[in-house]
Amino acid sequence: MAKPAVKPKVESLAAKSKSSPKSSGPGDNSISAEELKSFYRSMLLIRRFEERAGQLYGMGLIGGFCHLYIGQEAVVVGMQSTINDKDAIITSYRDHGHMLACGMDPKGVMAELTGRSGGYSRGKGGSMHMFSRDKNFYGGHGIVGAQVPIGTGLAFAHKYNGSRNVSLTYFGDGSANQGQVYEAMNMAALWKLPVVYVIENNRYGMGTSVERASATTELFRHGEAFGIPGVRVDGMDVLAVRAAGEKAVEHARSGAGPYILEMQTYRYRGHSMSDPAKYRTKEEVDKYRTERDPIDHLRKRLLDAGLVDEAALKAVDAELRKIVGDAAEFAQHSPEPDPSELWTDILVGA
Amino acid sequence: MSIPVLMPALSPTMTEGKLAKWHVKVGDAVKSGQVICEIETDKATMEVEAVDEGVVAQILIEEGAEGVAVNTPICVLAAEGESVADAAKAAPAVATRSEQAPAQATPAPMPAAAVSAPPATAPASEPEWTGKTAHITVREALRDAMAEEMRNDGNIFLMGEEVAQYHGAYKVSQGLLEEFGDKRVIDTPITEHGFAGLGVGAAFGGLKPIVEFMTFNFSMQAMDQIINSAAKTHYMSGGQMTCPIVFRGPNGAASRVGAQHSQCYASWYAHVPGLRVLAPWSAADAKGLLKAAIRDPNPVIFLENEMLYGQSFDVPEDPDFVLPIGKAKIERVGKDVTIVAFSIMVGKALQAAEELAKQGIDAEVINLRSLRPFDTETIVTSIKKTNRLVSVEEGWPFAGIGSELAAQMMEHAFDWLDAPVKRVTGLDVPLPYAANLERMALPQADNIIEAARAVCNR
Ligand SMILES: Cc1ncc(C[n+]2csc(CCOP(=O)(O)OP(=O)(O)O)c2C)c(N)n1
Ligand SMILES: [Mg+2]
Repeated sequence: MAKPAVKPKVESLAAKSKSSPKSSGPGDNSISAEELKSFYRSMLLIRRFEERAGQLYGMGLIGGFCHLYIGQEAVVVGMQSTINDKDAIITSYRDHGHMLACGMDPKGVMAELTGRSGGYSRGKGGSMHMFSRDKNFYGGHGIVGAQVPIGTGLAFAHKYNGSRNVSLTYFGDGSANQGQVYEAMNMAALWKLPVVYVIENNRYGMGTSVERASATTELFRHGEAFGIPGVRVDGMDVLAVRAAGEKAVEHARSGAGPYILEMQTYRYRGHSMSDPAKYRTKEEVDKYRTERDPIDHLRKRLLDAGLVDEAALKAVDAELRKIVGDAAEFAQHSPEPDPSELWTDILVGA
Repeated sequence: MSIPVLMPALSPTMTEGKLAKWHVKVGDAVKSGQVICEIETDKATMEVEAVDEGVVAQILIEEGAEGVAVNTPICVLAAEGESVADAAKAAPAVATRSEQAPAQATPAPMPAAAVSAPPATAPASEPEWTGKTAHITVREALRDAMAEEMRNDGNIFLMGEEVAQYHGAYKVSQGLLEEFGDKRVIDTPITEHGFAGLGVGAAFGGLKPIVEFMTFNFSMQAMDQIINSAAKTHYMSGGQMTCPIVFRGPNGAASRVGAQHSQCYASWYAHVPGLRVLAPWSAADAKGLLKAAIRDPNPVIFLENEMLYGQSFDVPEDPDFVLPIGKAKIERVGKDVTIVAFSIMVGKALQAAEELAKQGIDAEVINLRSLRPFDTETIVTSIKKTNRLVSVEEGWPFAGIGSELAAQMMEHAFDWLDAPVKRVTGLDVPLPYAANLERMALPQADNIIEAARAVCNR
C-alpha cells in the first residue's frame, strides 16, 4: 500500500486541488488518489485547527464570539476544489474553515483569533472579520446575510471586467431568511452574474431549527422566483459536494447566471463557544458524529480503496497536529498590536 | 510528554465552574473530539471534548468539585509512547506551569494620546479661481462631475433606481446612459440594501461604484451595508481591503413630502469613522467635491439637496477643478459673528447675513462643505475674530452637527467665545406636511437673524 505523499506545506494543498483535472461525480474514478488524499488532509486540518481554537478559547486566549466549523468541513473543501485562485470567496463569521481551505496561513488565522499583531487583520478584526486580498478571500462578515449582496457585487466586478471568474458566496440556513439575500438573488439573475450561492444548511441558526424559521424548508428552491437553478447536496460527502460544485461553478462561469447549492450539513459544536445547545438532543449530535462524519467517511474510503494505510493516516494527523500546534504557539507569542494601530486603517491615505 | 487538560471557560466572563461529571477514568484511551467530562456554571452545562489524544494518567479534580478556576489542570493525559506512571509523575510540574499561563493577555496601559484622535490638519484652502467659469445649475454640475470622471476611469459606474433610462428621478444623470452605455449606467430594482451591498462588493472587487439613492431617506434600508461593510472593513482587515465607493443623492427636506421623505442624515453618517461625509451648497461645491469624492479611495457619503438642484452658480470650467475634502469655505467675510452652515442652509445664512448687515451686524458665513472630516481650524480662526458663533442646520437638534460644533468649540475656542454657541436647527418633530407647519419646523433666515442678534446681545 502506498504511503500518501505528505506535502510539507499546508498552503500548497488548496492550490493543488484547485488546479486538478475535472471529474464528474462521487465514485468517479477520474478523481485522482492524490486529490482524495488532499481532501482528507484539508478537512482534517480544519478539524484539528478548530479543536485547538476551542481549546484556546477555553483558556481565555480567544475572546468574544468564536464559531467553529467542526462537522461542516466537507462543504468548503469540496467547493474549493472546483474553483481557481482568481475566483472570489466570501462567507459569514463561521469562517475559519474557509480561510484554511483558501490556503491562508493557519498561523495568521490563529493569531487573529487571539487578537495579535501577527493576525491577518493585525488583531483588529478577530474571528469574524478576516480577509486575504492575496487569496481572494473577502471575509469574514458578522452581520447575518450581509455577505450575500457583497459576494454578488464581487461577481458583478468579475463580469464588468470580463474576467470569467466566479464568486462563491457562502451563507447559512438562518441567513437564508434575510431580505437582502433575495434582493441580491434577484439582481444576480437579472444581470446573469457569475455567483454560486452555497447555503450551508447545518439545520440551525443559533437555536432555531430550519423548520421553525423557514416557511419552505427546501432552501435550494429559494431562488425559483428568480429562475435560479438549485440542488440539494449531501454536504457531509466531500465528493458529492465536489460533483455538485463543479456543475454549479461551470454554470456560473459560462455566463448562465447564478446557481444555488443547498449543502445539508451539521455543526457538532454549539453555535458559538458559549452555546449550551439545549435545542437539540445529544442523540442527534451523536448520530451525525458517528454515522455521518465527513472525515471518517473519506478515511474509510481511502482505506477501503487501498490508497493509504493506517500508518500513513497517522502520519498525516501528526503532521497536521504539528502545524496547528505551531499556529497556536505563534498565536500566543505574537505581540498584541502596538497602541498606534488604534488609529491606522480608518481611511485610506489619511 | 504528558499533556495537561485545563478547566475551560465557556464564555469570556466565566471564571470558575463545577466539574459535574467525569466520562473517563485513569487508564482510558482518549481520542480527540471525545467527551471527557461535563462542567457546569450557573448558566449552562457543557461537555468538555479532548483536543489531544492519549491515555488518562491522572485525574486531578474530583467529580462534583465546585469553584474550579478556569485554566486549572483537571487531568493529565499520557501521550503515545509514554507510560501512564511517568505522565502522572510529571503532572505537578506541568500544572504549576499552566497555572502561571495568563488566562487573558493583560491589556497594555492606555496611552494618553489614545483618548482622542491624532490631530488632523485640514488641507489648504483652494486658491481663488481666476479662470473661466460657466453659469450652470447644481444638477448640471453633478452630472458633469460624474461624466468627466467616468471618461477618465473605466472602473467608475453609476447605479441606482431610475438613473439610466429615466435619467434620474431628479434628472441628475441626463445623458449619461447615452454616453456610457448600460454597462456603466445601470438601472437597479428597488432594492436599496441589496444594491448598496452589491456596490460594496464591486468596490472590494476593484471597481469604483457611484450608488445613487433616489433620496437619502431610502438609504436607511441600506445603512447596515454602508456602515458595517463599507466603512469598517478597511479597519477590520488591517488595511487590506479598500472600498472606493460614493453614495450620493438628495438629502433633507424637499417640499411638502411629509416626515418619511424629509430627513437630514448629516449627523447620522458624520458619526461614523471610516466614512467621509460631504454636503455641497453651490454648483462649484457640487462639481469640485463630487469629483473629489469619486477620486477618493474611501467610502464617501455625498449629501445633495433637491431644492438646490435647479439653482445656478458660477463653476470653473477646467475639467481638473477638484475641491479639497475636509476644507470649509468662507462664503462671506465679517467681523461680528460667525454663522456656520452646510448645504441649503448656506443660502439661508447668506440671506440672513445681508439682513444683519442692514442692522449693523457684520456676519461671517462659513460653508462647511465637509462634515467628516470637519474643518475645526477654519471655524476656530473665525471665532478668534468674531468671538461669537451660530450654527445652522436643517436636521434635528439632538446630537446634531450643531451639538458637535458646540462641543468642539468648548474644546478648542472656549477662551475666545464671548457668548454661548447658539444652534439654529429643524424643530424636534417629524416634519409635518401642512405648509404653515412645515415652514415653522425648518430653519428660516429669520431664525438665523434672531440667533445672531442674541449672541451679539442685540
Ligand atoms: C443581522 C444579524 N442579526 C442577528 C445576528 C446574530 N446571529 C449571529 S449568527 C446567527 C444565526 C445564523 O444562522 P445561520 O445563518 O444558519 O448560520 P450558522 O451560524 O448556522 O453557520 C444570528 C441570529 C447577526 N449577527 N446579524
Ligand atoms: Mg445554520
